[in-house]
Amino acid sequence: MNEAVDFKIVEAPAKPISMNPKKFGMWLFIASVMMLFMSLTSAYIVRQAEGNWLYFELPTLFLISCGVIIASSVSMQLGFWAAKKDQFSKIKTYVAITTVLGFTFLVLQYLGWKDMVSNSVYLVGNPSGSFIYILTGLHGLHIVSAIVYLLIVLNSASKLKISSSNMTQMEMCTTYWHFLGLLWLYLFVFLTLLR
Amino acid sequence: MATIDVHHHIETHEHDDHGHEHHHGNFWTNYIFSEDHKVIAKQFLLTGMAWALIGGVLSVLFRLQLGFPEANLSWLKPILGGWLTADGKIDPDFYLALVTMHGTIMVFFVLTAGLSGTFSNFLIPLQIGARDMASGFMNMLSYWFFFLSSVIMFVSLFLSTGPAAGGWVIYPPLSALPQAIPGSGLGMTLWLVSMALFIVSSLLGSINYITTVINLRTVGMSFTKLPLTIWAFFLTAVIGILSFPVLFAAALLLIFDRSFGTSFYLSDIYINGVALPNQGGSPILFQHLFWFLGHPEVYIVLLPALGITSEIIATNSRKPIFGYKAMVGSMLGIAILSFVVWAHHMFVTGMNPFLGSVFTLLTLIIAVPSAVKIFNYVTTLWKGNIRFTPAMLFSIGLVSFFLTGGITGLFLGNSAVDIQLHDTYFVVAHFHLVMGSASFFGMMAGVYHWFPKMFGRMMDEKLGYLHFWLTFIGVYLVFFPMHYIGIAGFPRRYYSWTAFETFSGFADLNMLVSIAAILTLAAQFVFLFNFIYHIFRGKPAPANPWNATTLEWTTPRLPGHGNWPGEIPTVYRWPYDYSKPGSKEDFIPQHIPFSETPESNLPHENDQIKLDLGGAGVGGDKH
Ligand code: HEM
Ligand SMILES: [Cu+2]
Repeated sequence: MNEAVDFKIVEAPAKPISMNPKKFGMWLFIASVMMLFMSLTSAYIVRQAEGNWLYFELPTLFLISCGVIIASSVSMQLGFWAAKKDQFSKIKTYVAITTVLGFTFLVLQYLGWKDMVSNSVYLVGNPSGSFIYILTGLHGLHIVSAIVYLLIVLNSASKLKISSSNMTQMEMCTTYWHFLGLLWLYLFVFLTLLR
Repeated sequence: MATIDVHHHIETHEHDDHGHEHHHGNFWTNYIFSEDHKVIAKQFLLTGMAWALIGGVLSVLFRLQLGFPEANLSWLKPILGGWLTADGKIDPDFYLALVTMHGTIMVFFVLTAGLSGTFSNFLIPLQIGARDMASGFMNMLSYWFFFLSSVIMFVSLFLSTGPAAGGWVIYPPLSALPQAIPGSGLGMTLWLVSMALFIVSSLLGSINYITTVINLRTVGMSFTKLPLTIWAFFLTAVIGILSFPVLFAAALLLIFDRSFGTSFYLSDIYINGVALPNQGGSPILFQHLFWFLGHPEVYIVLLPALGITSEIIATNSRKPIFGYKAMVGSMLGIAILSFVVWAHHMFVTGMNPFLGSVFTLLTLIIAVPSAVKIFNYVTTLWKGNIRFTPAMLFSIGLVSFFLTGGITGLFLGNSAVDIQLHDTYFVVAHFHLVMGSASFFGMMAGVYHWFPKMFGRMMDEKLGYLHFWLTFIGVYLVFFPMHYIGIAGFPRRYYSWTAFETFSGFADLNMLVSIAAILTLAAQFVFLFNFIYHIFRGKPAPANPWNATTLEWTTPRLPGHGNWPGEIPTVYRWPYDYSKPGSKEDFIPQHIPFSETPESNLPHENDQIKLDLGGAGVGGDKH
């Protein structure tokens, strides 16, 4: 019975489809950050529905920071495409621009807080104000973490460690940055609509 | 194709020469800051066992107060010191702290970290055929965050104001105001810090488990060939990723209320006649956030135990698990539904009765997948060649507790009935059976079953039986009477009922419960001895002591770093080929190809070989 040999050869189980574990882990991390903000915004809705809610205008600076964060996402994406095309100096430029825009965003948020304070809306007081400090503060902390990440990427880029054949780090950083940008847009729209 | 040469597949396993490179680190990198999933699993197990012991002792302390309210406990002075009053009673504030810490420790440190941490880490790579977790470093970090969190929680036990005392659910305003009870001072702060670290640890772990299960499976290990243990660990991790951030949010707002003066949960509060400045907060908001984690959390605790049980019951009934797809489906159902029933913990918070009936409906629906699982366990046992190993006994014990405890869930799930039962001992009985005891039994079953793989030695069966029967009977003696006490209206978390004439009729029942609790705790020392002694002195385990089908039993007796010295085995079949008709042995491991088992192949399995033959275009006489 020689066919046995043939059977053995052809009974080839499939290799499970898989993706880069690091990138996958990044998506899971993003999912958990999203749950954190979803729960806080749900808490906002629940709390608002109970009444005794202070109404005030969102600082206009927050609108400007939306523009800045969109611009930073654009430059990040340009950096990503540059990396795919192995344009090494462009990678550095774009990631550096993104980093600067990230800092600008943080400064704008801080000025937004100052606006709120001069408007007599404090962290301590009616929850409608406290929520905004918590939401923006927590988002800002994530931006800080992403800026640290950008600096790491910048460092790899200047050592020419990022190229079309070595995209993992660049890709993860881009994903994270876009996510935080979207998150801010979500928070802004949410806070604007649910005043 | 009547006969087929069995020897061919062996060559696929014999490529030892280019095996995995071996790690020879020092003591620190091998045992302390190890990145090997098996070592990390053992670290979780040992830490979890230490916590279980502490949690158990705390419960016996408060049971002494409940069972023997008049007793003089001054002989405990050396341990409790200032926590005893002048006449030898437990201080009422400390009683609350005991209950709180018992709950926190058991739910989070033992049954979440101890259970998932141990078995997800140990079994995921071994059963899916991976060298290690996706990120060994993150895995190590996960343990050390847990360790740090443990240290902080442990330290809080020794504060002069005592540890947190607002119940494991830490409802504000009680937990938010240090003036309220001593335990809401520094003890509560440490509780929050510790839990924040715990959440980080849990998220790191979960991200790793999911990533590993999805991306690192060996060739042939499709999702339909995954052992149910892996399905359970996988879904548990998914629930964890989605729900722990919510607890983090709840805790974050509480931290701001406590330390920075915000009013998320606080409003209109007077303490000793003085009004607090906080306005506009809502304590109910905290309950929503907490239970949005809290209910999924109970399944985080239970699902791994159910997965372990599926594996052990099938192996020791020598039968395929009944309804594999139904098992996966019901776990999926439980995972999804667990996110939409949280408000059944809040029926008496003044919620809209219509909303209450919506949550009643959703809650009762979750009983359906739970019942499916019980049915499938029983039908797997039905007419099996049952081997009553200690692991098997503990698994059957789990099924029993899951059933008795689940039935009382149906009562509690009715918003109207719950008005009478809420916050009584009926609830305590419910969740200790369905969650506490069931998961604990799952964990014990897992330890007995995988001890040979963890330590390369066998535990003693006789001691295992003794441990099982003492614990099984003990658990029922402790928790069954609580149903009656609860229906009679005893509230939970009360220091003493001796002031109420109505309740004096239950004094002896309470005494019985306390005695049973002490004996049950004592029985755990049988296990501890069995466990520790046989790590060193047990007789060496054979490679596959239970004749099981899953991949971990194809590793050497003590798998090294990388798990398989040679190539990772390929998977050809599902993990439940037990007592397959026609087969010589009563089990066929997952890595045996169908071409080697023509005598037991089902028609569609034979077709698969034939089809492949045609598809691959290999010539040869096909009859
Ligand atoms: C058959 C399905 C189940 C139903 C219908 C159900 C229903 C309920 C309800 C309505 C409550 C709230 C009672 C009250 O506080 O007045 C409750 C409490 C609880 N249940 Fe279940 N349950 C079920 C299964 C489970 C399972 C499988 C677990 C754990 C694995 C569990 C763990 C708990 C815990 C821990 C509590 C109490 C939490 C506390 O207040 O400290 N339940 N259950
Ligand atoms: Cu629940």
